[in-house]
Amino acid sequence: MVKIAQYSDIVMDHFMNPRNVGEIENPDGVGEVGNPVCGDMMTFYIKVDDEDRIEDVKFKTFGCGAAIAVSSMVSEMAVGKTLDEAMSITRDQVAQQLGGLPKNKMHCSNLGADALQKAIEDYRSKKAATKE
Amino acid sequence: MPEVYLDHYAATPVLDEVVEAMQPYLSEQFGNPSSLHSRGDAARIAVDEARELVAGLLGAEPDEIIFTSGGTEANNLAVKGIAFAARKKGNHVVVSAVEHFSVLHAARTLEKFGFDVTEVGVDGYGMVDPEEVRAAITTDTVLVSVMAANGEIGTIQPVKEIALIAAEKGVPFHTDAVAAAGYIPLGVNDIGASAVSIASDLLYGPKGAGALWVKKGQRLMPLLDGGVQEGGRRGGTENVPGIVGMGKAAELAARDLEGRAEALRGMSAALIGRLPEAIPRLKVTGHPERRLPWNASFAVEFIEGEGMLLFLDQKGIAVSSGSACTSRALKGSHVLSACDIPAEVAQGSLLFSFGIGNSLEDVDYVLETLPPIVERLRQMSPLYDKFIKQGGG
Repeated sequence: MVKIAQYSDIVMDHFMNPRNVGEIENPDGVGEVGNPVCGDMMTFYIKVDDEDRIEDVKFKTFGCGAAIAVSSMVSEMAVGKTLDEAMSITRDQVAQQLGGLPKNKMHCSNLGADALQKAIEDYRSKKAATKE
Repeated sequence: MPEVYLDHYAATPVLDEVVEAMQPYLSEQFGNPSSLHSRGDAARIAVDEARELVAGLLGAEPDEIIFTSGGTEANNLAVKGIAFAARKKGNHVVVSAVEHFSVLHAARTLEKFGFDVTEVGVDGYGMVDPEEVRAAITTDTVLVSVMAANGEIGTIQPVKEIALIAAEKGVPFHTDAVAAAGYIPLGVNDIGASAVSIASDLLYGPKGAGALWVKKGQRLMPLLDGGVQEGGRRGGTENVPGIVGMGKAAELAARDLEGRAEALRGMSAALIGRLPEAIPRLKVTGHPERRLPWNASFAVEFIEGEGMLLFLDQKGIAVSSGSACTSRALKGSHVLSACDIPAEVAQGSLLFSFGIGNSLEDVDYVLETLPPIVERLRQMSPLYDKFIKQGGG
């Protein structure tokens, strides 16, 4: 692998071989953050089991190498977690798991945790609506 | 793995002949051109020779050349130097919206000092309309600055027409020829300019050297006060090795201009002709005909530039992008935005800048390497997803 100084080996690995790329048919929750005008946009899809655990995560990302690596890492971190646990994943934890991110990418590209949280909120609001 | 360098707008390799010419001035010929002894003399003679060679490239007189630290300083010196020297005459400057930041931001600095700046827009091809320049000039205008050609999209500007209009109105005309010099014929008198900027590092010379040609009689306030180097217009001990290298590079560029331009045009035209066939929803940016010979610029829809750059790098191909993510300022290209290219499309911009070491085989390698990378990134892209679901493709 050709290395460039700004990205860690883990970032490059997740960028080159992203985990969980794609989409879930009939997802339980969908979260979209960012916009293409700024250069980064992520859509997360989740499937939740009966015990409120994240069974499956898929994502699609428009953005730089960091944005793709972040999405991939968040998807890996989220699978198997309860919704509450997944909600507590922070941007800093994601960056840490990736072996660090360049400073200028911490804000614009590190949106994966936000997209996951939105997908969980989407699931919860839909669930609340069906109960009513 | 092949190594295909297609980022000559960022930096060109320094030619062996240039390195050879510079070598003595990095070691035994270390003299200061201002010194009154033989060691100083040798350095002064070398700088004077380089001045003649640079003047030769521009069809100018040697004593009209001011050596600078590069294109950025040359542009700063032209914009600020001419405007400040004319302060009593007026306080208005006209620039185009697609200028390099060293012109645009220099103009912004002038605004802080009380000047008014008019930015003339461009059409979808990045072309300035000379009549818009005419309309922008007022009785207070002290400078018009429009580049000879834009490096990002390759568009060659109608500088002769603009120079003529400026001359009619009695306003000095500066042109930034950093991207163009050595690749299209640029006689300063033929253009009718008052000042022209060039840089060594796009001409196979060293970084850290550039020049501003200033027409005799044109008033100019120095940016760097100091000694009487460069006729008192740029203080500081001369960068002798850099200047000597630039001289050699300018000599070779002038000698080989037509041959280089023809070879480069062949490669860029091949890529511009064939890449849109290999990648759907790809836009050629810049002008279809009036282009710099080395430039092939595109915008790939639905994906972002950095991902393409990283994957291409894995395959040994070096290019650049005007996407926000690849710029340190994290802002999208002002040039593409001036051409009315939507911001999300500009994120997928790719700039191939060919050099004299490239061949048509490099074009083939790009044509074989890039389409699967684009496809892979599009499969990850939520924008492409939406496009397909809306019945595109």
